[in-house]
Amino acid sequence: MIQLEHVTKTYPKASRPSLDDVSVSIEKGEFVFFIGPSGSGKSTIIKLLLHEITPNKGRVYVNNKDVTSMRSWKIPTFRRTIGCVFQDFRLLPNRTAYENVAFALEVIGKTKAVARRVVPEVLELVGLGGKEHRYPHELSGGEQQRVAVARAFVNRPLILLADEPTGNLDPDTSIEIMRLLDRINRTGTTVVMVTHDSNIVNQMRRRVIEIESGRIVRDQARGVYG
Amino acid sequence: MRLKYVLSEVMVGLWRNVTMTIAMIITMAVSLTMLGASGLMYLQVDAMKDAYYKDIEVSIFLDASVTDQQRAELQTELESDPLVRKVKHETKEEAYERFKELFADSPDLVNAVQADKLPESFRINLVDPEQYQQIFDKYKDREGIDDIIDQRRLLEQIFNILGAIQNMALVSASVMAIAALLLVANTIQVAAYSKRREVAVMKLVGASNWFIQAPFVLEAVVAGLLGAIIGFGALVLGKIFLLDGSLRDLTDLLTPIRWGTVLLMLPFMATVGGLVSAITAWVTLRFYLRV
Repeated sequence: MIQLEHVTKTYPKASRPSLDDVSVSIEKGEFVFFIGPSGSGKSTIIKLLLHEITPNKGRVYVNNKDVTSMRSWKIPTFRRTIGCVFQDFRLLPNRTAYENVAFALEVIGKTKAVARRVVPEVLELVGLGGKEHRYPHELSGGEQQRVAVARAFVNRPLILLADEPTGNLDPDTSIEIMRLLDRINRTGTTVVMVTHDSNIVNQMRRRVIEIESGRIVRDQARGVYG
Repeated sequence: MRLKYVLSEVMVGLWRNVTMTIAMIITMAVSLTMLGASGLMYLQVDAMKDAYYKDIEVSIFLDASVTDQQRAELQTELESDPLVRKVKHETKEEAYERFKELFADSPDLVNAVQADKLPESFRINLVDPEQYQQIFDKYKDREGIDDIIDQRRLLEQIFNILGAIQNMALVSASVMAIAALLLVANTIQVAAYSKRREVAVMKLVGASNWFIQAPFVLEAVVAGLLGAIIGFGALVLGKIFLLDGSLRDLTDLLTPIRWGTVLLMLPFMATVGGLVSAITAWVTLRFYLRV
């Protein structure tokens, strides 16, 4: 499903590579944590998988497609197969929960009728039933992140990428978000989550890949934060 | 649905930064007016050349002491010259008749000139009026010829003036165009910045590049087209109040500019305005959005 082969990424002007000869393989339906200190290179992996950046060396395969050599006009279609959640939610402040999710559908060409059918369903799924018409500033942090998850999941992507999704949330809310991601994972969606929240990693007991200074130092099924 | 979305985004975009939009439209309009004016001038000079050069004559004035033989030889030679389309001999009497006609308003002048004082001449039409110099070189040293005068020389001075005006209009059109381009680029940057959150989400969920860019590009195109329409209005007013108004006397001398020609400038200006705006916007987005 996801495969990195000897990937090296050095940002321009950086003294050492963010990722140094990293190889990793993730199967369909897996739930994987990437952990490591700030600046270890774990967020670089998310950017590589989204094709926001390209590696200096090595190959990146997502959904069995070689992302590294993908033509730029194919990237939008490719991204529709990936959902993405961030620490800062990235919701549109002038749109309601419903409109935020519907926006993601409409800009990829889905009709309003499709949105009317699908959006309430997915908002219900993430536990926001009844709050569809609230604006982001009227929602708690946890609720905002649920909207973001709904937006990421509404297209039923094959992969859900989460970049420190609980970074701005208190521990109880974080656990609720994790339950949600777990539910999504159980539908068969591959979930890749970057975090340094040890509590969560220890509770979930899923595959843990630890990165330090751009190298994989541990890859453990049902691992803990360490 | 998507079309409706794009169009409403365009309107919102133009309103959001309305002072900038107006500045963009005005510079665009001024630049396109200049461009349209020089386009008109170009067509006009062409039409005038066609109209005048057709009837233009080279006059070969003969010496008072020319012999019959010289005259006859010259005439045969001119008639067989491949450069010459038509030869007409004008005798002293004919020249006098024409002179009287021309200066009918000033009888004193007519009375002062005697019929035999006017030179006889050959009036020739050239196959290609541009080849005057060859005729001149060929016949200038011939016995019995006093002077060779090309009417084209006189017209050429008028055309040179028109050409200079046209060039000035083109230069100011280009300078204004640069200002217009920078304004378009700036407006698009501001628009892209104010919609950066939407753009980020669109990129994230995989909206196609054209869908992300279309509202911005169309915003510029709409401004370009509005500029073209205003510029065209300026040309129309210019024709009504300047060419057909205060400059009436001048335009009567030249061939008049027809409304059809003026109308022709609208699609020309609209195409240039729209295309230039679209390309500028698109290039700006390439740098600014990196989609």
